[in-house]
Formats: sequence, structure tokens, C-alpha cells
Amino acid sequence: MTSAAVEQGGAGEPVVEAPTWRDGKRYAWLLGLLVPSLPLMAWGLAEATGLGVFWFIGPFVVFGLIPVLDLLIGTDAENPPDSVITWLEEDRYYRWCTYAYIPLQYVSLVVACWLWSSGDLSVVESIGLALTTAMVAGVAINTAHELGHKRASVERWLSKVALAQTGYGHFFIEHNRGHHVRVATPEDPASSRLGESFYEFLPRTVAGSLRSSWELEGKRLERRGKKPWTIHNDVLNAWAMTVVLFAALVAIFGPVVLPYLLLQAVLGFSLLEVVNYLEHYGLKRGRRPDGRYEITRPEHSWNSNNVASNVLLYHLQRHSDHHANPLRRYQALRHEDDAPQLPTGYAGMIVLAAVPPLWRRVMDRRLLDHYGDDLSRVNIHPRTERRVLARYGGSSAAGGTA
Amino acid sequence: MSRYSCPSCGYVYDEQDGHPREGFPPGTPWSDVPEDWVCPDCGVRDKLDFEQEGTPA
Repeated sequence: MTSAAVEQGGAGEPVVEAPTWRDGKRYAWLLGLLVPSLPLMAWGLAEATGLGVFWFIGPFVVFGLIPVLDLLIGTDAENPPDSVITWLEEDRYYRWCTYAYIPLQYVSLVVACWLWSSGDLSVVESIGLALTTAMVAGVAINTAHELGHKRASVERWLSKVALAQTGYGHFFIEHNRGHHVRVATPEDPASSRLGESFYEFLPRTVAGSLRSSWELEGKRLERRGKKPWTIHNDVLNAWAMTVVLFAALVAIFGPVVLPYLLLQAVLGFSLLEVVNYLEHYGLKRGRRPDGRYEITRPEHSWNSNNVASNVLLYHLQRHSDHHANPLRRYQALRHEDDAPQLPTGYAGMIVLAAVPPLWRRVMDRRLLDHYGDDLSRVNIHPRTERRVLARYGGSSAAGGTA
Repeated sequence: MSRYSCPSCGYVYDEQDGHPREGFPPGTPWSDVPEDWVCPDCGVRDKLDFEQEGTPA
């Protein structure tokens, strides 16, 4: 028992002294830095062994190793007690774990550009390195997500920096002011619907989120009496970072790096979008008597307590608590008992989402069980609605979208 | 001048300060804020859910 012990709350209520509760994941969060180091590992391993296959280490780790580790390590539903939440959120160590992602991310990107321009790699090996770099870029959007939700302007700025690698700077507008408002409704481009495959969802979410971010910023600027074409437009100034970044890399390393930069950016934001796909699949908020959607509740997000994925994604999988308390820092996010659970971690679910028949086999039943087979409560893709109703019984489906 | 707080995250709209970034200069009354305006910090609650704080100063 040391410094923080035995404090008394205002009304004589004892405050749980910090040292009695130990955060089992405290040092595990440093493992999150494994992902931005993948291109460096690829380089080291390929150099040491002479085996070109190591350039593909990124997708191997994200789509192979992590899902297996999720199955082997299992789940952890432990929640920090309410009384330590504030203390836990104030502990700056956790913040630095996320900040550290960004320099590593950019060291890896610069090293990747240098390798692409060196002429030492075959085209296949260069593509492998682009795939590995894409994993860094995609998971960087998760880091940006954690930072972009905070009130501090430094963290919001770091969020934009992390997004520059994928050209997805508009995400931090659309996600906070669009997705969080419309989540689990048919109007949200980033909430997937029953019967919608990932490949159908991808163009809808990419285009819809882009349009939404532009409209949100346009509206905000209009209230300030400004036109959308200004550097004060957060969508434009975030994209400008990408333009400057890519232009600088091309200027330094030559135009040879440009196709790989574009490839890693597209695959990087696709990785974010596949995670969006599985977070709210088929879930739908009901309406209040005045016609507004009900407040987002734990039942409107898919969750997972798999440890390996949770550590690499900063508790993103405790998604219900995140939607209820978007400003809450990752280390303090809680498992919710009444939230629907995925059968495994996000990493394994990504692999399932890539194979739509497999995804539907696993998820459609789970979704219908969640709603007690009441199809009127499900967010159904209009294209497949008739087939879904025929298959699962349409007795209670009145009022579905036409 | 009144203050209105978001029941989800505790953000406070103070009429005296407005929210210039959001396009509401200091002194903008709550009634001039559009009904579909959403909490700028958490995005969980919209204007209609905000609660008036205390009594006018």
C-alpha cells in the first residue's frame, strides 16, 4: 500500500485505493505496438533468412496468428470497478501507449518506401510489403479512433496524423458526428445490414461516409458563414496532410513508391471498413414515441472479450460501452452482459466476413436469436428482404423497408 | 444566460460562451441552436435531450 491508499470520498464513502485493484492488461497494451513494427520485422526476418515469404508477415499475423491466439487464449470479461475508472482514465501511461503507435507507424512507412525504391525486392515481394504496411495503416485508423474521440485538441490532431497514411482523414468527422449519431439505423452508411455481404457494404460505406463527412463539415461551416472550400474545413485539411505526406515520399524515393502507397492506403481503409462491417451487423434501434430513434444501448453493438484482439485493438471490441460512453478511454471500457457477443474476436470475424456464405451461416442465426426471431427489429438489406422473410418467416415483419 | 448539459457526457452549452467552432457565437441563445444539433463531444444525445442547468445567473 503506497501513495494512493486510503482516501475518503466526500460523503464518507471510501474511494477504492488504486493499488488494491490491478489492471491485468496494463503492460499487455504495449503489445499494440507490435502491429506498427510489422514492416520492420518483415525486413529483419527476410534479411536474416533470405526467405521472401516474410514480406507477407502482416496479413499472416492479422488474419492467421491473431485469430488462432484468440481461440487459444480465450476471453476476459473482467471490468475495472466503478470506483477506479476516473483514476484509470487519468493514468497517462495508457495514453502514451497509443501515442507511441504513430511514430512507429511512420518509421515503418518510410522504411517501406526506401525498400520499394531500393530495387532489391521483386514485384511480388514489394506487394507483400505493401500488404504488411496496409495492416499498419488499417490498425492506425483504430488508434486514430481512440484519439479522435477525446476532448483534448492534441489528441484530435494526432488522430488526423494517424489517418494521413490511408487518406481517411474525413473518418474522424464522420465517425464522431455521423456514425455515432445514426449507428444501428438504416440511415448509417457504416452499419451493415442482414443479408449484406462485406463486398456490397464496402462501396456503400466508403462512399456514404465520404458524403456524410462533407455534408457535416459543410453544415458546420455554413453556420459560421463560410464556404466549404476553405482550409478550416477539417475534411480538406486532413486530406491535405495525406497529399503532403505522399508528395514528400514520392519526391524523396521516386514515383516507383506511388502505386504501393496507394495500394496500402486502399487496403488499409478496407481493413477499417471490414471492422465496421462486423460491429453492428443487422442490429437496429427502435423508435421513441416522438419518432426519434431510441438512445443507443448495449444491445446495438456486437462485442467480443477475446484477449488477443482486444489488446491489439485497444478494447475496441467492448463496443457497446464505447457507444454509450464515446469519450471513455480504452483502458476503462467495460464488458456489458446484455450486449450481443460475437463467436470470436474481431480478427477471426474479419476472416469470416471475407467469405460471405460462411459469415451468414454463423451470424444470421445469432442475430435472429438476439431478436427472438422478430424480423421487424432487424436492420435488413432491402435487396435480400424478400428472401430473408421467406426463409425465416415474415409474420412480424410489417413495416420493413420497401 | 442559461446552461444546458448533455445527459450522456456532461458537455455544457453555456449561452454566454456559445460554441464558436460549431457556428454559435458567444451569446447565442439555446433557442437559436437547431433541434437536430448533436452533442459536439460525444455524439450520443441531441439538443432535445439536453437538460437545463441550475437557474439563470
